[in-house]
Amino acid sequence: SNDVNKVIEINPYLLGTMSGSAADCQYWERLLAKECRLYRLRNNHRISVAAASKLLCNMMLGYKGMGLSVGSMVCGWDKEGPGLYYVDENGTRLSGRMFSTGCGNGYAYGVVDSGYREDMTVEEAYELGCRGIAHATHRDAYSGGVVNMYHMQEDGWIKVCKEDVSQLIHRYKEGMF
Amino acid sequence: MKDYHYTGAVENRFSPYAFNGGTVLAVAGEDFAIVASDTRLSEGYSIHSRDSPKCYKLTDTTVIGCSGFHGDCLTLTKIIDARLKMYKHSNNKTMTSGAIAAMLSTILYSRRFFPYYVYNIIGGLDEEGKGAVYSFDPVGSYQRDTYKAGGSASAMLQPLLDNQIGFKNMEGVQHVPLTREKAVQLVKDVFISAAERDVYTGDALRICIITKEGTKEETIPLRKD
Repeated sequence: SNDVNKVIEINPYLLGTMSGSAADCQYWERLLAKECRLYRLRNNHRISVAAASKLLCNMMLGYKGMGLSVGSMVCGWDKEGPGLYYVDENGTRLSGRMFSTGCGNGYAYGVVDSGYREDMTVEEAYELGCRGIAHATHRDAYSGGVVNMYHMQEDGWIKVCKEDVSQLIHRYKEGMF
Repeated sequence: MKDYHYTGAVENRFSPYAFNGGTVLAVAGEDFAIVASDTRLSEGYSIHSRDSPKCYKLTDTTVIGCSGFHGDCLTLTKIIDARLKMYKHSNNKTMTSGAIAAMLSTILYSRRFFPYYVYNIIGGLDEEGKGAVYSFDPVGSYQRDTYKAGGSASAMLQPLLDNQIGFKNMEGVQHVPLTREKAVQLVKDVFISAAERDVYTGDALRICIITKEGTKEETIPLRKD
């Protein structure tokens, strides 16, 4: 399908990404949404990004070796500020400032690593994110379609844009050969 | 000396699955939805039946199309019917299309390690009365679409729909909204094309048109060869 949305809206202040098996990611991140909701009801405060990502990580460990395929990034905003964790089907859970997953991730890392600065503005970050995905889809046979962009803010996420990759590549063509 | 064939050890394992062919298609319009399927049931080089439609009516506003392994299609539709009844008894209301889609996702995933070999597409009206299409993979991943083709001739139908409904790969064309009459004609045309080239698709086409008045069914003949 051309315009699959690989960002799963867990709740208004948590996002999860999808790579690997779509069914596995959708199911486990939806289950994570349920657990986060229960946490909020039982403890009367929102779950932290660290705890939410650990819940997902432990779900993966429960089925380790059985063939699940999940490469996901859990992104949110809690008391400690913005949070980003990478979680995969082996039970790997890493905190970081920037990640890229999926089969085109190498191409995206190349673009984002060279453009990333600690003091980037929001607009520069939007542009860098788009470029990373666009270049990855250009070179990776298994990537394509649209760029779905979300911005995680203190009071929740906003959907920034949904741009067709072929239009983006045309715009960037100036800088390419 | 005569040459003898040596292939080595060969294992003839029992397969719990069979491929029974069939194609399904769903289109969502402004205030209608269409679910269409061919009616041929095949296995290998044989045809089991020329009158086995793959659309199943779930509620007044929802129809599901299932293709793949017919045994799993039957069981899955029975399970969905039972779950619809249970929901009706517990909640005193009919399940909405979106709710059925979300439920089907979990039913399919419950068999993650021995999947239902079924390609599902749900077509119906959402709570606002707009057309909705939900397409699934065999293990439960799903998303809402405007149009989707599934089953054996899906690779032939989907590009045509992308072009005619999604206006993809065309420049300078006006994006006119899809009327019900045009959608029905398009569905008939794409199935006629699919029946020409796909051996598993043919015999007849069953179209279910869902509007707020209810579901209407139309059957038109296709190539029988």
